[in-house]
Amino acid sequence: MADNKKELLYHSVRLETDFCKGCTTCMRYCPTQAIRVQHGKAKIIREKCIDCGECVRRCPYRAKKVLSDSFDALDAYKHNIALVAPAFCGQFSKAVNIDVILTGLKHIGFDGVFEVARGAEVITAKTKEILASKKHQGPLISSACPAVVRLIAVRFPALSENIIPLTSPMEVAAQMARKEAIEKTGLSDEEIGVFFISPCPAKVTAVKQPLALEKSAVSGVIAVKDVYMRLAQALQGVKEVEKLSVAGRDGVRWARSGGETEALGISNYIAVDGIHNVIKMLEELEDDKLNNIEFIEALACNSGCTGGPLNVENEFVANSRIRNLSENLVGEPVNYEGINLFWDKKVDYEPYSPLDPDINEAMRKMQLMEEIYNRLPQLDCGSCGSPNCREFAEDIVRGKAQERDCIFRLREKIEMLAKEITELSKMIDE
Amino acid sequence: MAENTVKLHYNVDADDFTVAGEASGAVKKVLKQLGFSPEVIRRVAVAMYECEINMVIHANGGHIDVEITPEKIRMIHTDEGPGIKDIDKAMQEGYSTADEKVRELGFGAGMGLPNMKRYTDDMKITTEVGVGTVVDMTVFVNK
Repeated sequence: MADNKKELLYHSVRLETDFCKGCTTCMRYCPTQAIRVQHGKAKIIREKCIDCGECVRRCPYRAKKVLSDSFDALDAYKHNIALVAPAFCGQFSKAVNIDVILTGLKHIGFDGVFEVARGAEVITAKTKEILASKKHQGPLISSACPAVVRLIAVRFPALSENIIPLTSPMEVAAQMARKEAIEKTGLSDEEIGVFFISPCPAKVTAVKQPLALEKSAVSGVIAVKDVYMRLAQALQGVKEVEKLSVAGRDGVRWARSGGETEALGISNYIAVDGIHNVIKMLEELEDDKLNNIEFIEALACNSGCTGGPLNVENEFVANSRIRNLSENLVGEPVNYEGINLFWDKKVDYEPYSPLDPDINEAMRKMQLMEEIYNRLPQLDCGSCGSPNCREFAEDIVRGKAQERDCIFRLREKIEMLAKEITELSKMIDE
Repeated sequence: MAENTVKLHYNVDADDFTVAGEASGAVKKVLKQLGFSPEVIRRVAVAMYECEINMVIHANGGHIDVEITPEKIRMIHTDEGPGIKDIDKAMQEGYSTADEKVRELGFGAGMGLPNMKRYTDDMKITTEVGVGTVVDMTVFVNK
């Protein structure tokens, strides 16, 4: 089914069926209503999922997993570079500076390190240029968070034009790291492995199936939690700290919400974090309510990338550390000649399919949906396996659920039947 | 063609800015489910939101009836508020009768009616001072 777009949709967030108890927690928190619980197990609707990782964070039974690469993936390359996101630097209590962390990574299997903060500095510079050119209409939205970009693609079609068509700091850093490694080692592009250490599932997806690029410059993605133990132990053995860190404060503070906009030095901006807050903000923007706003930084995780579900450290603690680590960083100028900074293609509007491809039929279903909804208890209890009564009514008209899945409607039906039986039995007695 | 019409009804409460926008938000969702284009959805949402806010600010609330057909989306906003004294003036950009309290909240910039006209294909206002106002707007799908 290669021609079927739905079959091609890649998602890093997966369900570990054996662990799932069908408790509906993930379903209630999913910001895009992408989860249903059927036959006692959660199910992810692929077209609706944006890989934000909210379910990974919420699942009490650890049944939501993120499909990332293991350390073994490094074996496929001759020279491996760790791409270190700013948020990663806030994970370690023992690290007195960023150099310690970068040196430690060279003790656990990486041949080189490269700070994503440097890519962030390039994106900041480019964003400043774009904002100054004033060629755009309405506020521009940062493209840094891949979960937000996907959210816009599936749910806010009118806003896709507002996204800055710049690639992410991760992609910029990956290209720069590759170039640097090729020059240094004389190896070919294919022999160099560039691994991003990721705080979130959305970045995994962004590498495995980029939304706006033909191909990612990143070779693989390893979860922060899979690096954490190795590195925490290795840090104790680091005797000589190498001078590896070259990123400045403007790049490093991207780790937390507000950091990207602070680096831009503009005043009319909004920095919003947490996927539910982001949705609220995008709704406002869609309704043309945000006057005089130039730029919107929107991050899916609470507190920014430090709040990513694959991180180990509490996000507030991590943010405090980042503040301290980055305060006096000056950084070296970045040379980004020959680095591709823009998207290869536009992000397509990929809405979850309408009720029916035929508008007349869709309208008939809509009317039916309203009728069904009005019959439902409207308690949004989730017992039916849909996130709320509205979604349940929609699932029914889409043929994916039945009205008797609602326990309240079922009880009414049983009561009616019981009454009828009583009346019928009375007739026999007479 | 009653069969091909989806009818929706919303009540708008007076003086409650926190719920203003609920009706336009709900309609937006319905239009997405029906498969209308982003452009049409945006125009309907913006026009309806402006009108909803007007009902909250000026007219002690009211009700909205929305009729959706494959060809057009019609929004009829009815209130029993003070009515509009001078429609021509009200249609001018920047003209507002909103009081200081409302302006402090960031509303009352005088762009409501001009925006509604700009985002819709047809707009009729029937108003009588002391009786109320009906704003009847239509967005055509294939214009």
